[in-house]
Amino acid sequence: MTIAERTFRRRLFLRRCTALGFGIICIAATLLAIAVLGVLLAQVASKGLGRVSWDFINSFPSRNAEDAGIKAALWGTLWMMGITAIVAIPVGLGAAIYLEEYAPRNWLTGAIQVNISNLAGVPSVVYGLLGLAVFVRAMQLERSVLAGALTMALLVLPIIIIAAQESLRAVPNSIREAAYAVGASRTQMVFHHVVPTALPGVLTGVILALSRAIGETAPLITIGALLFVPFTPHSPLDKFTVLPIQIFNWTSRPQEAFQQNAAAGIIVLLAVLLTMNSIAIFLRNRFQANARG
Amino acid sequence: MIEEPVFSSERLVRMPTIGRPEPKAEVPALETAAVPSEHAEVVLEARRLNVFYGHFQALRNVSIEVPGRDITAIIGPSGCGKSTFIRCFNRMNDTIAGFRAEGQVLFQNQNIYERRIDVVEVRRRIGMVFQKPNPFPKSIYENVAFGPRINGYEGRLDEIVERALRRAALWDEVKDKIRQNAYALSGGQQQRLCIARALAIEPEVILMDEPCSALDPVATLKIEDLMRELARDYTIVIVTHNMQQAARVSDWTAVMMMSEDRAGECIEFAATNEIFTNPREKRTEDYITGRFG
Amino acid sequence: MGVMQPEITTGMSRIKPRRPLEARLRNTREAVVTGLLFLCAAVSVVTTAAIVLTLLGETVSFFQDVSPIEFFTGTKWTPLFTPAQYGVLPLLAGTLLIALFAAVFAVPIGLITAIYLSEYAPRWLRAIIKPVLEVIAGIPTVVLGFFALTFIAPEIVRPLFGTSQIFSALAASLAVGIMIIPLISSLSEDAMSAVPMGLREGAYALGATKYEVARRVVVPAALSGIIASFILAVSRAVGETMIVAIAAGGTPNLTWNPLEAVQTMTAYIVQVSLGDTPQGSLQFSTIFAVGMTLFVMTLAMNIVSQYLLHKFREVYE
Repeated sequence: MTIAERTFRRRLFLRRCTALGFGIICIAATLLAIAVLGVLLAQVASKGLGRVSWDFINSFPSRNAEDAGIKAALWGTLWMMGITAIVAIPVGLGAAIYLEEYAPRNWLTGAIQVNISNLAGVPSVVYGLLGLAVFVRAMQLERSVLAGALTMALLVLPIIIIAAQESLRAVPNSIREAAYAVGASRTQMVFHHVVPTALPGVLTGVILALSRAIGETAPLITIGALLFVPFTPHSPLDKFTVLPIQIFNWTSRPQEAFQQNAAAGIIVLLAVLLTMNSIAIFLRNRFQANARG
Repeated sequence: MIEEPVFSSERLVRMPTIGRPEPKAEVPALETAAVPSEHAEVVLEARRLNVFYGHFQALRNVSIEVPGRDITAIIGPSGCGKSTFIRCFNRMNDTIAGFRAEGQVLFQNQNIYERRIDVVEVRRRIGMVFQKPNPFPKSIYENVAFGPRINGYEGRLDEIVERALRRAALWDEVKDKIRQNAYALSGGQQQRLCIARALAIEPEVILMDEPCSALDPVATLKIEDLMRELARDYTIVIVTHNMQQAARVSDWTAVMMMSEDRAGECIEFAATNEIFTNPREKRTEDYITGRFG
Repeated sequence: MGVMQPEITTGMSRIKPRRPLEARLRNTREAVVTGLLFLCAAVSVVTTAAIVLTLLGETVSFFQDVSPIEFFTGTKWTPLFTPAQYGVLPLLAGTLLIALFAAVFAVPIGLITAIYLSEYAPRWLRAIIKPVLEVIAGIPTVVLGFFALTFIAPEIVRPLFGTSQIFSALAASLAVGIMIIPLISSLSEDAMSAVPMGLREGAYALGATKYEVARRVVVPAALSGIIASFILAVSRAVGETMIVAIAAGGTPNLTWNPLEAVQTMTAYIVQVSLGDTPQGSLQFSTIFAVGMTLFVMTLAMNIVSQYLLHKFREVYE
């Protein structure tokens, strides 16, 4: 072997080793990400699983850790989600339909798109400040469920619009052309043909957006949702609290018993989220299967 | 003829030389269809090669001998497995999931599908040019220098780059803009750049998978001229669906056809003038005269 | 005989021409629907305008009482004490410190995971890893804050660094890093998937190893998309509230030491909202000035990121 050949062979060996080493690093990094999830779930479960019970779900919060429950928070979440959905889904869907099916391709439409993308990236506290200024003060809704729901509706609107637009875009043009060919007007074409086809994707996007809203805390704190609420809302103008805020409240207290409460609240919250996401995935698969027919 | 061992020191560290010894001798006219190995040194050989993708058999019992420093064309109707076959020579099919090869592919009398063979080394010595020009989104210089860089060639990269670009008949056109992005070149220039890129690492064989099908006729003729130049120093295997091109350019032609179960087979292999003037197989004659395909 | 003709004429006469009134009604209906839908789209524009006007209005009135120079260059933030000082730098430093450490932690892991998913992982493994990453992305930030406080701080930061206090920028930034890993990973992987297979094949055909193809061809080709994902992730980290409110601390602190407790801009806003500060007061309006700063920062980052993504898509689509 000449010296040069030894160099070349060593280089090939070195390259091979580098490739192998990098492959190992790749697997390690990915496993780390997954392991973190596992550790998190294990830790939450270990602290909180013992505390989850029907009593817990059905009691109001209290200064006494053992008596405290998430009833107020759970109902507050449900009320808020309901109103948010009622407001955000039609507006979001309408905006998406307009942008995809009706809007001319000019600079104004492009500007609206860019604007929506930017809104999706605005920090949630800023939405809270907006809600504080507009809904709580200017519209004088005070710290009510309605104010909170309207704020959250603005927060999830960009997400719904983007998801709905993607679903509408995925509808093949042949459906639109076929509808036009039998003499349908644009409105008929959109609402009788395109939207029903896009509906599974839209539904999935909506559910994912709402599950994001359920986990949001900061904007609701900013508009004044309370930490300690010993009642459930009876009207949209009542004061309220939500699950994440209750969890935040308990987490901030040093006593171990409250930490357990927080963990139990997290389990309930994750259970709600898991249910919603599973429904979304189920709907998506079911409708995709139907579409393939 | 002395058979050189595959991984001898000379072959490994052979630095680019200005010229090559012994230009190719003229092949005497043949009265009957001749087996290449009787008249020339066989560099590449496929022996009873069967290729499977999962359960689907793409090639059946293909046996072809590729003589050194000649141009061998592989022709046949679309879908008969020509690309699959040529990609077996530099193990590019390894990147496709489900690929399995049975039989042997011999390079310098070594089966390149043996476990101990390093595929990186194989690909350095058997280069490939693809149907659609695929220069990297880097400068022209960086494109050509990529191969030598990763293969660890010491010495001056500038010289290697210039030599490769000259051999690919591209130097005069790009010598003033060698740091410009390769995407600024025309389609024909990009393909010649890809040829230069392949030449830079001093392969012994150049595989070309329909190199002109994405180019205009003027660019095509330039590349055909280039091929004939290169064949003085390199072994060239070209897949083409253009029969006139095969007749113009190649010394040997292999005809492939798809059998009833969609597996590709080589039905005839002989000197080009034999194939086009006096084919043995009826299917070859039908294909050449345009009765199908 | 006479039966044939009526059949023909009745068939033709079924296709009546639309009367002008019907056509006009349909056009009106179309116009109304288009108008309503446009209003829905306009809501997003109104929202942005409202955000800008609200923040700007409150900030302007704030700057009539506090000089902008003190705000942007002062190093003490004590609006709730006397004497009240309004230098935002401690909050800014806290935000940047946490975002920086989160990025240092998340960027390598996110990028390498993306490379693994894009270039190495077999299909069945991708189908497992991608949903796991989506789940991590969907975890509410309060949960991550809880995790930071009850696990990361006592079990990881304290043993490794021997600090005595619970709150630290490091614990919070690790949790924020966990939050943004899926963002970096999925956006970078999208960018790498957009690189055509032909480029990879060209590199393989020159005898490159898989690592060399990833490092020298795919990542450089996808670079603007990858960097866009980094910027977007940092922007998310800057805007993050609950993790830092729970785990980073409640006192503004101008420091570069991640083991100390810090307060971020977002955590300050939450702190004031939870407190008793009267709503019309100067102290309360500080949250709008801080909010404005936050908004401008994240907006700038998002715009740069969008621009990079746009440039990237131009090349590959």
